[in-house]
Amino acid sequence: MTVRPVFERSSVLSLRVLPPALLGRGMARRLVERNVIAYRRRWWILATGFFEPFFYLLSIGLGLGHLVGRLHLDGRLVAYAAYVAPGLLASSAMNGALFDSTFNVFFKLKIAKSYDAVLATPVEVGDIALGEVTWSLLRGAIYSFAFMCVMAAMGLVLSGWAVLCFGAATLVSFAFAGIGMGATCYMRSWQDFDYVSMASIPMFLFSAVFYPLSVYPGWLQVVVSLTPLYQGVDMIRELDAGLLTPALALHAGYLFALGLAGMAVAARRLGALLRP
Amino acid sequence: MQHAEARQEDLSASREGRGRPATRDEVVVARHLEKRFGDFVAVDGIDFSVERGEVFGFLGPNGAGKTSTMRMVSCLSPVSGGELSVLGMEPNAHGPEIRRRLGLVPQDDTLDLELSVRDNLYLYGRYFDLPRREVRQRVERLLEFAHLSEKGDEEVDNLSGGMKRRLTIARALISEPELVILDEPTTGLDPQARHLLWDRLYRLKQEGVTLVITTHYMDEAEQLCDRLVVMDKGKIVAAGSPRQLIDTYSTREVAELRFGVDENAAAAERLAELAARVEVLPDRVLLYTDDGDEALRAALGLGLRPEASLVRRSSLEDVFLRLTGRSLVD
Amino acid sequence: MGALAAPRPSLLRPGWLRPYRYFAFRYKRTWRGTVTSSILYPILYLLAMGLGLGHLVNSHLHAVDQTGRLGGVGYVQFLAPGLLVASAMQWGTNESMYPVMGGLKWLKTYHALLATPVRVRDLVSGHLAWVATRVGGASALFLAVLAVFGDVPSPLGVLAVLVAVLTGLAFAGPVAAFTATQENDAALPVLYRLGTVPLFLFSGTFFPIAQLPGWLQVVARATPLYHGVALSRALVLGRVSAPAALAHASYLVAMATLGAWAARRTFTRRLVV
Ligand SMILES: Nc1ncnc2c1ncn2[C@@H]1O[C@H](COP(=O)(O)OP(=O)(O)O)[C@@H](O)[C@H]1O
Ligand SMILES: [Mg+2]
Repeated sequence: MTVRPVFERSSVLSLRVLPPALLGRGMARRLVERNVIAYRRRWWILATGFFEPFFYLLSIGLGLGHLVGRLHLDGRLVAYAAYVAPGLLASSAMNGALFDSTFNVFFKLKIAKSYDAVLATPVEVGDIALGEVTWSLLRGAIYSFAFMCVMAAMGLVLSGWAVLCFGAATLVSFAFAGIGMGATCYMRSWQDFDYVSMASIPMFLFSAVFYPLSVYPGWLQVVVSLTPLYQGVDMIRELDAGLLTPALALHAGYLFALGLAGMAVAARRLGALLRP
Repeated sequence: MQHAEARQEDLSASREGRGRPATRDEVVVARHLEKRFGDFVAVDGIDFSVERGEVFGFLGPNGAGKTSTMRMVSCLSPVSGGELSVLGMEPNAHGPEIRRRLGLVPQDDTLDLELSVRDNLYLYGRYFDLPRREVRQRVERLLEFAHLSEKGDEEVDNLSGGMKRRLTIARALISEPELVILDEPTTGLDPQARHLLWDRLYRLKQEGVTLVITTHYMDEAEQLCDRLVVMDKGKIVAAGSPRQLIDTYSTREVAELRFGVDENAAAAERLAELAARVEVLPDRVLLYTDDGDEALRAALGLGLRPEASLVRRSSLEDVFLRLTGRSLVD
Repeated sequence: MGALAAPRPSLLRPGWLRPYRYFAFRYKRTWRGTVTSSILYPILYLLAMGLGLGHLVNSHLHAVDQTGRLGGVGYVQFLAPGLLVASAMQWGTNESMYPVMGGLKWLKTYHALLATPVRVRDLVSGHLAWVATRVGGASALFLAVLAVFGDVPSPLGVLAVLVAVLTGLAFAGPVAAFTATQENDAALPVLYRLGTVPLFLFSGTFFPIAQLPGWLQVVARATPLYHGVALSRALVLGRVSAPAALAHASYLVAMATLGAWAARRTFTRRLVV
């Protein structure tokens, strides 16, 4: 892959408002570099991650879509495939971010113990948290970008504002990278990863990816609308349709806050685990 | 490397024993250093100082507190009490600056299992923020140094224990540190792999790098260390050069006599006169004396018939036995 | 030596019984986690797709007067028997990926078993017998849930458990054979993403394959999952045509047999060195 120079100098998020311990000492990009190098030999693991949402789009969006017909979206009728595509984009951003921030972080933390080695260098726990979250976010962003290209090629994009969906999807990746890593730092064994699927699969199925929130009774609508994936799905769907409402800022703020909180939890927990 | 000359002077000074030069350069200084985990005291107020260019050892059994001490010195774990200065700085305040100039070989290898041998070294260099071109050159040099040039593209998983250990040492050297800390560098290796490793450590010493080594092998401590401390239960029980420690705490020679399993104690009583000190272990009796052959002859003269016997020079093992009443390796 | 002194496998004490018992014994320690993942997820899919999305499907087909496209039944009833078999595929596949890799490489339990009188063929048969038990148990439970909600109109539906087991085996054998050729687990997620996922989505579980373009229909018909889904749906909805059922079943049996044979070969190559 030739993506490496791109990541080289950018520390991607410059969040200087936060205390330095949380964000390390500007060495996070080294953790990103590590992952880029590690995946150069396993690029196909990365590449195949794109196909799952793509297959869902073809199967549920197009195949089953014929049986669903057209849906109302903000007063206009759209093909089911065009309705479901933004939802799948959001879940693709979620899953892409979860691969590395959960299993792979756990492997490095508990099995290979390679973070112990990293901490013997000038790198700090905050760098590890920010670096791993950034990488997970990048992986999610790569999938989001590819998925959006497919959407555009299949004519499923509803408005010109849809270019903003990429930023929104990246925000979804950030939120789940943070949450995933924060939770992973508290896991004790591989068995605990059942919780990751127990959270992500129901979210994928019930967070209005496949059908509007309105099929639920009122109280359930409230519960579902609080999930981070729903926030992402709704934000991306509205951007795709060119609906620029103040709610967008709310969605974005919510996801951003979740990502930051997860990252802060991860940094603190890493410190407690690795620097007793 | 850059410290070679300074090192030569220091070396001759410390070889002389106590006559330290006035301008001595202390790389690590600990005063009443403590490490507590909750109520448990792992390191219990120890004092030591490591001078630039020397090989300084921590000898002690498992659980003595060696690793806890090494982790504090390498700024991996906060100091619980007392004072510690590393390279003239305080670890709690200057962790990253200290670690930039320090190499650590941890007790467990902690290599990156998803990277090749070469990439392990390369990325470690990048964690020190070294420029790529520079790291690439150092990687090739270190692969050679660690006898791993042929294994550069191999997965780490496929290396033998000795190779992994050498790779870990090479990794610690990527930043060309002034101070290298090695926590049990040879534990679990076969004799051949150990000797190869010792050879590499000698070379480092020759280049003027300050080495701090922990071990529970007395032969390793004796071979490698200019000065060492003996640690037990979180405390330092003795300090000095290997020779000094043996001279102070043991006799020149030891005669070892093996009687039947239940007869060692009885025999020891009859042998009490023949040596400066007699120790009874489950499987043998040790006679501490300046002339082992003489003591052995005298024992035979008493009509004792050991199943086996040998005479050897005193070692750090004997020092440890004397100081703690226990063997180093159980 | 032990191997000579051990009683020869007989009809009453077949050779696969020992590894089978061992797998069952190990399962006792981890069953809690697997019960949630194996039973909970199919039910969640049924709720989300069957009820949530099914609501849209039903009202659309009703509106355009095309309920015949799902054979005249509601979407949940169409989906449920397919989901049963698609889940069986996943159970069978999963059991032959990481657990097999663990036995071969990480925990080396297979090496330990082979140090006893167990032969490689016993090991493979024991593994497949164990997979059959797992799939049978899980699909019986799933079918019971469906029956409670009235989604099993025909008594023949009971036989769908058998179809699920056959489908599970049709995947467990070939996948185990593949896993045994792998040095590490790197290819397993790829197999899942490029094999299991498209099968799950395109083999007639979620919509009749008539919706697919012609060439994809041909591909779909060549997969074991399509035959499992078709047979299970026919049984559960009580619309069996004997020749078609026989064809579906033969295909599944053939795949399962072929897979077992391939697994025996690759296991031997890996373990007998
Ligand atoms: N993180 C920890 N939490 C609690 N106790 C610890 C921890 N690390 C070490 N110890 C205890 O401190 C003592 C000293 O351990 P250590 O420094 O590893 O000794 P050594 O390296 O000499 O074998 C041991 O009794 C050990 O159990
Ligand atoms: Mg130790």
